[in-house]
Amino acid sequence: MALSESEVRHVAMLARLALTDEQVETLRVELNSILGHIDTIQQLDLEGVEPMTHAIPLVNQTREDVRRPGLSREDALLNAPDAEDGAFKIPRIVGVSEEG
Amino acid sequence: MIDLSSFNATEIRDGIIRGDFSAREAAESAFARIEAIDGDVHAFNQVTPELAFAAAERVDDMVCSGASPDELPRLAGVPVAFKDNMNLIGTNTTCSSRILENYRSVYDCTAVHRMLEAGAVPVGKLNMDEFAFGSSTENSAFGPTRNPWDLERVPGGSSGGSAAAVSAGMAVITLGSDTGGSIRQPGALCGVVAMKPTYGRVSRYGIVAFASSLDQIGPFTKTIEETALSLNAICGADPMDATSVTRPAEDFTEGLRDGVKGLRVALVTDMLEMEGCSTEVRESVAAAADALRGLGATVGEVTLPAAQHGLSAYYIIGPAEASSNLARFDGIRYGHRAADAENVLDLYMRSRAEGFGPESIRRIMLGTYALSAGYYDAYYGQAQKARAVIAQDFAKAFADYDVLLTPTSPTTAFKIGEKASDPLSMYLSDIYTIPVNLAGNCAVSMPIGLGAETKLPVGLQLIGDHFAESKILRAAAALEEVIGFDTKPPTVKALG
Repeated sequence: MALSESEVRHVAMLARLALTDEQVETLRVELNSILGHIDTIQQLDLEGVEPMTHAIPLVNQTREDVRRPGLSREDALLNAPDAEDGAFKIPRIVGVSEEG
Repeated sequence: MIDLSSFNATEIRDGIIRGDFSAREAAESAFARIEAIDGDVHAFNQVTPELAFAAAERVDDMVCSGASPDELPRLAGVPVAFKDNMNLIGTNTTCSSRILENYRSVYDCTAVHRMLEAGAVPVGKLNMDEFAFGSSTENSAFGPTRNPWDLERVPGGSSGGSAAAVSAGMAVITLGSDTGGSIRQPGALCGVVAMKPTYGRVSRYGIVAFASSLDQIGPFTKTIEETALSLNAICGADPMDATSVTRPAEDFTEGLRDGVKGLRVALVTDMLEMEGCSTEVRESVAAAADALRGLGATVGEVTLPAAQHGLSAYYIIGPAEASSNLARFDGIRYGHRAADAENVLDLYMRSRAEGFGPESIRRIMLGTYALSAGYYDAYYGQAQKARAVIAQDFAKAFADYDVLLTPTSPTTAFKIGEKASDPLSMYLSDIYTIPVNLAGNCAVSMPIGLGAETKLPVGLQLIGDHFAESKILRAAAALEEVIGFDTKPPTVKALG
């Protein structure tokens, strides 16, 4: 399965990465080289094998549903690139393209 | 000033108890070594004298107020350092990435916290491949770490700083993380002991996640005994990590010197014969197997045929989980934010593209593709099935054997820049370590000598069944005694 340039751009959009044309071309070549190796996995006959999702058999662990302290608002905002009035500040997302 | 850089953890604690030196002096000795050699090696992203001297003072206060040796915790006064993907309040946790360059920790990683509870003294945070993506530490945004055995060569990776710091005597114990070999491979290339415990042994709370079904924290030390002591400190269930296993605490030093009589050891022959494994590595591993036989172990041979597909499965599962874990770095709550974004989508896309380095972008792209509509079954589904078959191979082998032997890495340390332009050739240096992560087993890498040709350290990987850490450590301790490897690298000897 070889990746085309437009597929690389599509994946970059899914991954939320603004790539330059040069990066797109480099990645197309590199990813195809890596996929060429990885594709050997398609040759394995794995009919009927249960997929392994976890290394160790674990049963869900539950805890008492009791209140406990979490991160303080001050700590949560300590690394905020932009904050105001105790909240993260981001560009406007509501009504951006609407008139009035 | 006293030079304590060749003292092991037990010798440091004993010296403090006897009053030969203080914990403060032990910390000063570590900083002196860092000052002398880290300009060349660059193992540290930051040093933490304030945290270190405060921790040392707590130890010295205990001693001065008449605490008995039993009351003094087992790693009291021992200089330690942590890979820079582990949170420690009072430090930045950067993952050696521009995107987290100014990120300040707001809580402590559980494994870090447990080391400090055991009395250890934190001297700094260590360089790594960005977000642990790499096998050479060249992918750090802050410049590569160099191998203390040869400054022109890589220390391995991704925990290259952790390996180099112990090798050069800048810390007695360091912690790293291992997703596909990132503890064991740099341990091998720097000639130190490096261990990945069984998946779930150590809480992953507070470490920046790479691939959550594979990641595990483990120690770097110069001796097997110090590895056992480190495991005693960091293993155990943690309510903050639901994947940490609830098993009763073990003392990993117990039975460490019991020898290997009756232990069933096997060389993994098909892995040893793999293309790309250098002759000197193959010969050293065979010699180590002979040494174990000489000590009274039974040594047989096994094959792990599915393990040859480990690399393919890993480069689907690892990037897939990473692309998901790294989605959180979006410039909103922490990390780099692009200037003058037009809208939120623009902010996400430019913040991420500006903040992540080339290898991180490569892995995110690979993982996103493998998980995308139409390809999920062919890649992620198939990889998870291959993972099951690899784990079954290990289970079969462990029905007959206690310890499996492979090289840790196919070659000794390679030159800086040698593999940087070819991602695939870099990935191949983890071919022996990756299957162990996929199966969730434990494994330790130990130095077994210098390669006949390159005169650089060769690492032996001893693999154990789930939760069989004690068995592989017992075999490693016996081997360590007969090999008597000199862990001091030339750059340190040159200091006089």
